[in-house]
Amino acid sequence: MARTIRLMGVVPLGDLAAYVEFSRTLDLQVNALVQRLAVAVQARGAPFIRDVVPALGGLALHFDPAFDGNCVEVASALIELCLEEGVSASEDVLRTVQVPVCYEPEFAPDMEEVAQKTKLSAAEVQELHSAAEYRVLMMGFAPGHAYMGGLNAKLAVPRRASPRAVVAAGSIAIANEQAVVYPYAISGGWNVIGRTPLAVFDPERQEPSLFASGDRVRFRAIDKAEFLKLLGKR
Amino acid sequence: MSVKVLRPGLLTTVQDHGRYGLQHIGLCPGGAMDPFSLALANALVGNPPDEAALEITVIGPELQFEEDSLVAVCGAEFQGGFPHNRPVLAPAGSRYNVGRAVRGARAYLAVAGGFAIDPVLGSRSTYLPGGFGGFKGRSLRHGDVLPLKGNEVKRFKSLKRTRDGTVPWSAPPRTLPDREPIVVHVMEGQHFEAFAAATQRAFFDTVWRVAPDSNRMGFRLGGAPLERAGGDEILSGPTCLGTVQVPPNGIPIALMADHQTTGGYPKIAEIASADVARLAQLAPGGKVHFARCTLEMAAELRRHMRGELEATLRGIAWEYGT
Repeated sequence: MARTIRLMGVVPLGDLAAYVEFSRTLDLQVNALVQRLAVAVQARGAPFIRDVVPALGGLALHFDPAFDGNCVEVASALIELCLEEGVSASEDVLRTVQVPVCYEPEFAPDMEEVAQKTKLSAAEVQELHSAAEYRVLMMGFAPGHAYMGGLNAKLAVPRRASPRAVVAAGSIAIANEQAVVYPYAISGGWNVIGRTPLAVFDPERQEPSLFASGDRVRFRAIDKAEFLKLLGKR
Repeated sequence: MSVKVLRPGLLTTVQDHGRYGLQHIGLCPGGAMDPFSLALANALVGNPPDEAALEITVIGPELQFEEDSLVAVCGAEFQGGFPHNRPVLAPAGSRYNVGRAVRGARAYLAVAGGFAIDPVLGSRSTYLPGGFGGFKGRSLRHGDVLPLKGNEVKRFKSLKRTRDGTVPWSAPPRTLPDREPIVVHVMEGQHFEAFAAATQRAFFDTVWRVAPDSNRMGFRLGGAPLERAGGDEILSGPTCLGTVQVPPNGIPIALMADHQTTGGYPKIAEIASADVARLAQLAPGGKVHFARCTLEMAAELRRHMRGELEATLRGIAWEYGT
């Protein structure tokens, strides 16, 4: 049920950005409000604001260096204005991104460990992972990197004790109650249980990022043959 | 019209003022580590301030100019090469051989007219972690040939010049360290209060050294590691250019141009935007001391820096008679 979500505060992130904080813990209702608020702030098109970044428990407003004033005061006023006008769920853009995933062992280096820790079989892990609907709670860490909520609680395992130096691009990984897709081959500590052949981030594409904050995401299991076929189409 | 790379140097990349409006999909603005020196170098050759230039890092490259070219180098002082901080006519076939940085860490080499490189997502900046932008998404290598937009050397004719192919004046950069440790102003970060009083004091008392594993993404700061308080688990949140975060090992990281857009480490401080470029001019081993300031002071430093830059740019434009 809808409840009142209170603004905790607006703090400077340097003198050219402000962080508008609503929660210090993960709260899905807060996260949904943050995303709507980011859309509302963006829509106002304030000329001195260059970036609006929704995160898990609040949003950041980044200012143009030519901006003359106090970023916290201006951000506070802008947020208050948007909150007064009201941000409604009806304006949510409902988009579902379908992500094909190959869960076969060569793409899933941590599958066995996850299966052990959760006392499930690899097939059950795959089943539970691809059955759920996810929601992108935050974009960050790297271009196109999405933090998704909605992982089945039975699959909640901690991050790896020692992060891998390189995780392959397109790796699907889980930790705690979230899922991520690695856009590039980068280091990472999440448990890799599959890989998608899709380009997660492509600067040449009309929409560079496969995911955006607020997106719904569904994973679909594919075999290696289809993985290679889709990879070839990129 | 082109410039040939005979030796690439330590890390030479194409950079402009960066790409904006994409942090919500995780892409940081990037761009020149010292945008003030970039703007000066561009102005010195009559370019718009956000034209792309070469960012030269610590050990310089050797370049060859195919045709007569009007160039300027601004920012860090390097051994060899052209006279700094002034427009210089590089004759056809001439070689620009740059040695080590002797003061500062990063210089910007602008060529009149700019480089003929297509922008990616609105910018010609090289984004190394993603492998796109700039020249083929990477730092320059031996044998690379960088195309120029056109020969704008005639601009030089409007200047009063000396016999050795330059001018009798210069526009010194404002970001170079006079003496170390440099003083960098910071505001308290979002999680400053979560650190113990002794740790807060240690942060301001320590003379930090830029660690060797620092790069365009972040500067790691060597010194006695900071102690992290109990409740270490914080919710990941947005970061910014100049955010100083403290990972579990206690070694603070100052986020630089190619920073992550979000992070899960406590933020102890936020560097005043006017001072980030000065920090960027420290080479590994360089020393920095943090001084506390308020948001109002940081905004004042920013206005002051911009005012000075604009005055210098007007002076250069006046020399060009524009």
